[in-house]
Amino acid sequence: MDNNPQPSNSLVSVRNLSFSRGDKKIFDDISLDFERGKITAIMGPSGTGKTTLLRLIGGQLSPDQGSIWVDGQNVHHLRRHELYTLRKRMGMLFQSGALLTDMTVFDNVAFPLREHTHLSESMIRTLVLMKLQAVGLRGARHLMPNELSGGMARRIALARAIALDPMMIMYDEPFTGQDPISMGALAHLIKSLNNTLGLTSIIVSHDVHETSLIADYIYMISESRIVGHGTPEAMRQSNSAWVEQFMTGAADGPVHFHYPAKDYIDDLLSSGKRY
Amino acid sequence: MIQYLQTLGAQTRASFTKLGRATLFLLAVLSGIHSVVPRPKLLLNQLYSVGVLSFLIITISGLFVGMVLGLQGYYTLSDFGAEESLGVMVATSLVRELGPVVSALLFAGRAGSALTAEIGLMKATEQLSGMEMMAIDPLKRIIAPRFLAGLLSLPLLSALFSAVGIIGGELVGSGLLGLDEGAYWSQMQAKLDFQGDIVNGIIKSIAFAFVTTWIALFEGYDAIPTSEGVSRATTRTVVNSAFSILGLDFILTALMFGDH
Amino acid sequence: MQQSKTQDTLVGLFVAAGIAGLFFLSFQVSNLSSLSQREGYTITARFENSGGLKVRSPVSAAGVKIGQVSHIYFDTKTYQSVVTMRIDSQYNTLPDDTTASIFTAGLLGEQYVNLEPGGSDSFLKDNSKIDITQPAIILEKAIGQFLFKAAEEKSE
Repeated sequence: MDNNPQPSNSLVSVRNLSFSRGDKKIFDDISLDFERGKITAIMGPSGTGKTTLLRLIGGQLSPDQGSIWVDGQNVHHLRRHELYTLRKRMGMLFQSGALLTDMTVFDNVAFPLREHTHLSESMIRTLVLMKLQAVGLRGARHLMPNELSGGMARRIALARAIALDPMMIMYDEPFTGQDPISMGALAHLIKSLNNTLGLTSIIVSHDVHETSLIADYIYMISESRIVGHGTPEAMRQSNSAWVEQFMTGAADGPVHFHYPAKDYIDDLLSSGKRY
Repeated sequence: MIQYLQTLGAQTRASFTKLGRATLFLLAVLSGIHSVVPRPKLLLNQLYSVGVLSFLIITISGLFVGMVLGLQGYYTLSDFGAEESLGVMVATSLVRELGPVVSALLFAGRAGSALTAEIGLMKATEQLSGMEMMAIDPLKRIIAPRFLAGLLSLPLLSALFSAVGIIGGELVGSGLLGLDEGAYWSQMQAKLDFQGDIVNGIIKSIAFAFVTTWIALFEGYDAIPTSEGVSRATTRTVVNSAFSILGLDFILTALMFGDH
Repeated sequence: MQQSKTQDTLVGLFVAAGIAGLFFLSFQVSNLSSLSQREGYTITARFENSGGLKVRSPVSAAGVKIGQVSHIYFDTKTYQSVVTMRIDSQYNTLPDDTTASIFTAGLLGEQYVNLEPGGSDSFLKDNSKIDITQPAIILEKAIGQFLFKAAEEKSE
């Protein structure tokens, strides 16, 4: 069970993963590979459990079946302290930023350094300013999280995620709810950090345009299965009806506009029931 | 009928599951408590928000409770010509019962609900998950210092409540009603036992502190991460704490003062 | 930094106030001060009946509290109640022919030992015994006697 099935060039591998929450099946026997040094995107409509996949990779949730391998280690067979050691090498950017609201921007970025290292305060200051410079927010270090815009909060969270120089970063919907300028800034940042720091990036998103600009490879998930994968170029030319619908944003197609319901006319005419 | 039984069964099972989760949570917190020792600053911050911020409500309530006891006690005792025993009556009720119980109830309302809301919101805004993904255990970094602060604060607050209350009773008794001040204190000192009354009162407040802080932290940690979930968790903290405090008080009183 | 310093000070004040409260309860409210601080000596007295006397009941002379009862037991040979009292060391000039009686403070009040000094020149010392004692007045008995007497007077 513990013999490593990972291809040598992939940092994260998901093998035959099944996961359900209650009666609802989120993933049904899916397998994915995330190549080292590349930006891989997982795309799909909202509510398909893309964020759940990131939590599974980070070891916060356990799969019903299948396994997840990160850098040669089976995440769900690790002991607690081994998992924590592995997590120090994984960064994760939450949708909300997940900044600690009771400390300043500076202290937020310094937080993992102070918790995990015994560096001197002057050393920490230098490192924090470098990370803040990388995301272009060195001037905002005295602000509190509630004084930041959504885009700024995500960039600060990104600076925090790279504070310990991880090998990979997982981005949870980095573009959601951003204006076009911050969207562009974030996309540029993800790309440049990936290249300059030699990271492996995993992006979960439903934003087709920005994601396909920076991603090297795309997996499409719908209804608990992988419905398509390939480079952005290949995806755009895909003749799969589903992929086409998602890439072009058509209202109706394999993914229906209507939530499953009984016949419309019958429903309107049946009286006496409240719902 | 069958359906009713089914719901009842499901609810019973759910509450046992929750008790199990709460116990595991407590064990995890207790095993992480040593990590607070090398970081006194974390504890200090929590002593401030849990203890110092509850100081005013506890002392003011203590003063008024003591004054009311002084007034009511005087009227009742004077019917039997036993006004001299006012000090004993005020001090016994405060030290044995009202001090630990009322301060714990106020503590649950003031500090407990704040703890639940804070932890619940940290969960809702993914701060706890974020910490886990930074390889920092929130049970050690966030929960354990708060638990310790609650455990230390409430016994001190209860002692203050009783002390201020006894002084309040004295103010009413000798200041307002003209009772002899010496009788108030000397009868009290003769009747109250250090071991039997004071120490038992402190043991009670430590037990209440343990339960209240545990409930508050667990409800926050276990809250459904939405605004409604957090608000419900906060309510549950206050309600469950109150039940636990009063129930536990009955058991402890029976154990401690039963043979007197 | 300044804010954090103020916070530290407030926490310090809070803890100090709490500990002061504990001390207040221990020494001002309870009997801890009279137990540990004051030196004293022990005397015993035998009563026919010690009534509702309890450990920690006050011992007083001329209405002033000078000590407290530390131990009471039933002597199976003499069928008497043996009461041990601890008297504060400052009251060391009680004559050895002092009388001990058990009185009740008020009609429903608690019972206490009253010491009535005699005229002897030698004083009670540690482990001395008081020979002259007067038992507690049992209310039911007193009322019974009173009724009996009243009935007798009527029949005369």
